[in-house]
Amino acid sequence: MLETFGHLPIAWLLFAVLAAAGFVSFFAGRTEAVAVGRGSSERLNSQPNYHGYFVAMATIGPAAIVLGLYALFGETLVRGELAGELPQRIRDLGSLELNQYIDRIAEQSAMRDAGPTGNALFDAATARYTSLLGISRIIAVFLALLAAWAGFFVAKRKLSVNFRARANVENGIKLLLFMCAAIAVFTTIGIVLSLFFEALRFFSRVPFFSFIFGLEWNAQTGADFGAIPLFFGTFMIAFLAMLVAAPIGLLSAIYLSEYASPRFRSIVKPILELLAGIPTVVYGFFALQFVAPLVRSTANWVNGLAFVPDGFLAAQPTSALAAGIVMGIMIIPFVSSLSDDVINAVPQTLRDGAYAMGATKSETVKQVVMPAALPGVIAALLLAVSRAIGETMIVVMAAGQRAQITPDPTADLTTITVQIVALLTGDTEFDSAKTLSAFALGFVLFIVTLIFNLIALRVVQKYREKYE
Amino acid sequence: MNSPVPPSSEQGTFVTDAALKRLKKRHAAESRFKLYGQLAIGIAIVALVTLLASIFMQASSAFTRHVLTFDTTLEASYVTPEGERDPEKIARNVSGFNLLLQDELSDQFLPEDPGLSLQRELYGLFTRLAVLPLARKTADTPSNIGTQQSFSVALADDIDLYLKGGITRRKAVNLGQAGAVSGSMDDGFNITLGKAEPLQSALDKFREDEATPTALIQIGSTWFRMTGLDGNTASLEYIAGTPQAPVSGADVSGLALEQAQDNRTVTDRQIAWTMLLEDEGRVKSVPNTTLFTNSDSTYPELAGTAAAIVGSLLTMLVCAMLAIPVGIFAAVYLEEFAVKNRVTDLIEVNINNLAAVPSIVFGLLGAAVFINFMGLPRSVPLVGGLVLGLLVLPTVIIASRAALKSVPPSIRTAALGVGASKTQAVFHHVLPLAAPGILTGSIIGMARALGETAPLLLIGMVAFVAEVPDSPTDESTVLPVLIYKWSTGAERAWEPQTAAAIIVLLVFLVLMNLIAIILRRRFERRW
Repeated sequence: MLETFGHLPIAWLLFAVLAAAGFVSFFAGRTEAVAVGRGSSERLNSQPNYHGYFVAMATIGPAAIVLGLYALFGETLVRGELAGELPQRIRDLGSLELNQYIDRIAEQSAMRDAGPTGNALFDAATARYTSLLGISRIIAVFLALLAAWAGFFVAKRKLSVNFRARANVENGIKLLLFMCAAIAVFTTIGIVLSLFFEALRFFSRVPFFSFIFGLEWNAQTGADFGAIPLFFGTFMIAFLAMLVAAPIGLLSAIYLSEYASPRFRSIVKPILELLAGIPTVVYGFFALQFVAPLVRSTANWVNGLAFVPDGFLAAQPTSALAAGIVMGIMIIPFVSSLSDDVINAVPQTLRDGAYAMGATKSETVKQVVMPAALPGVIAALLLAVSRAIGETMIVVMAAGQRAQITPDPTADLTTITVQIVALLTGDTEFDSAKTLSAFALGFVLFIVTLIFNLIALRVVQKYREKYE
Repeated sequence: MNSPVPPSSEQGTFVTDAALKRLKKRHAAESRFKLYGQLAIGIAIVALVTLLASIFMQASSAFTRHVLTFDTTLEASYVTPEGERDPEKIARNVSGFNLLLQDELSDQFLPEDPGLSLQRELYGLFTRLAVLPLARKTADTPSNIGTQQSFSVALADDIDLYLKGGITRRKAVNLGQAGAVSGSMDDGFNITLGKAEPLQSALDKFREDEATPTALIQIGSTWFRMTGLDGNTASLEYIAGTPQAPVSGADVSGLALEQAQDNRTVTDRQIAWTMLLEDEGRVKSVPNTTLFTNSDSTYPELAGTAAAIVGSLLTMLVCAMLAIPVGIFAAVYLEEFAVKNRVTDLIEVNINNLAAVPSIVFGLLGAAVFINFMGLPRSVPLVGGLVLGLLVLPTVIIASRAALKSVPPSIRTAALGVGASKTQAVFHHVLPLAAPGILTGSIIGMARALGETAPLLLIGMVAFVAEVPDSPTDESTVLPVLIYKWSTGAERAWEPQTAAAIIVLLVFLVLMNLIAIILRRRFERRW
């Protein structure tokens, strides 16, 4: 019996309980309101339906909180209880192995039609785990029903002719809406906390300064954690990307907003935006298959020139330049659409003034429009840089894995994001310095991009207000 | 706006030669500047076209594949060695079916006592698991055992690539009729070619590119490797086909190959065997349905996207269930209810920033919170969907807010005027009018989630998944991650395969965007 409960899919159970409670209480509340109003809704402050909604809300709310708490902590409690009951020799294993053992039990228990494994202790533990899970679920559902019942009665007693049911329901809805808006904030808090604490754990093993200023990166062997080569690679590739994206993006934005006919603009703009819709993994493949070999053969050709010393360029099969060029192509629409907005925000009167003085179009753009739009353009470029720094797939596929510092763009460099992926792909344990270093890198990445974004967004916003 | 041009007839005081020169210079600068702009747009469009063209060209070869068809009797001794007819055992009996295929080939091509290396070369035309569909088919209809059946088997990736023109450059040439023949099967032959010139020039051309070319010679159904060419006299060595000495007067054709067999993954004999099979019409090109019906495999010719497509759909489902309702509610709150104060300001700034946080950071969040802290399983669409849901939440919120903003205030005022409460005005009047815009924004957000790769790598969705997942808590992978994984494959055949998977992904993205555009066109209202 208990084991049957332990096997039930829990999500459906929760929904069933909540939906049933909601339906029953809505109709109960509605009927009650009609009775209070003696059959006529005109006497009531709110429509009977709102009374029904109110009661349903008061019933589901507490039950949902109980079940939510169970969903978060239920399994942890069950595991703790099971760990306490296991024989001493297993409990002595140490927390990591004990956890893995219980993971296996949970996995076995989740497979409903799995037969016994033959290991008597393991099978017994699995059976016990399943029944503990069943007990915990029965208790949770019972508590939820109790909470629902309490909420139901409290709410029902409140119903009266003068009860402002609609206002109460609407407050409840507003609370729900606010919670949804707050999820975005919770996400940020979650990011900051998780990165911060994992990074702290990392810095308790590796000194902060040897991470930030160290010149050797060798995380796979767990030996060296000096992140300077990664920072160098990241900024080098972002720089190369901006060399491509900034002029092309900016010039095409200027052309589209100042020179192009509306027809040309309406055709070309969506084409440019297509570039933004292509997934980064596709760019990565393009960089790896098409651009990297091209860069390599060009580098080999340069090396072959008479006046170039032998081996002047590294000409690696994957290179910073290949990743940078492709990343630049990816960022073009980003730069162009942001600067397009900024250029369009410059008031027409400024341009008309310049034309009246006899300036040509390009002079107006260069000497009037661009200086006026400059802060916005810089903000757009900053956002683009932050995007380039955080970009992952292109560099993972086309930039290489070697942590080195070299000004040669045809050498393979590695970046922060490449290392995060390399360190966290595959089986990871959350206790090794190797894994934790990924979180430290992530923290640095988050902070740097956050600063760039904050500055840029602030500038863009101020700028908009100025001309509005 | 035209730039001022001085009237030519009237030479005013300002119109000096110097001024006209300056003006010419300024106009030159003007057209230069305009050209830069056109150039920039041109470069961007060329980049886009190159990107798409290179992927389509790569992929084109993956949409067909080569199979060998053969008729054989399904001997029970191969198929069910222990006499059992349990379908499951038959389906798993890969080695039995392999033996069947190998013996079939040996009978045709190998001498009595071939030796291990020759056998290995011949059997290398197929990978081990290529017979799996055969085994499954037989398991479905066990009554076929013992009867004559016709089957087709996928050729190994390298041979397939060779037949599609990959691996090495080549040139087929007609060498006229054989003249004098001397020598024997064991020591090789010397024959006089009718015309050696085309072969010689093809080989010379390959040599110019610093290659080590070689040539294969076909006479009837016998293949030789050419070991030397002196004027019109070629030295030949038998490699495959009917072991028959060349006779003078027979038609000779040659195949010049850019690389000698040590420098490529397909041997001379494998080429010869395949050509013989092709001459018999038994090797042919068929549409590659495997790409859509199979799951991932370690062999490129057997790998498909089915599991990843289903995994992507499940992940999108979870993602949409989180991001769309929460995003819409948050937008409604911020746009319609929020009073301007510090808390709402904070939420606003926060959402704008969150939209610009690198996606990989969300992967770290997922790894730390969902997997490490909450103990959810790795590699499952549930976790992937949650991470992607948080990732696209800001996008959905921003799009929904824009849609809500575009509903004119008169609608709200009118609703409030007839006695609706604020909530009623929003939910009964504003939200339905904003729905098309919100839907469009949501679909575009989902399209972004569909193409996202990096965060999913960190929560373990790179696992090798051979079975189609059927619930959000099954191990699975998604299309972009599959593309990433395939692109790291060592064999050359993964390249077209990856490009083909990219096209599958792009088709999904185009479809989603088309739906968004159609919705916008159909329901958009200008106020």
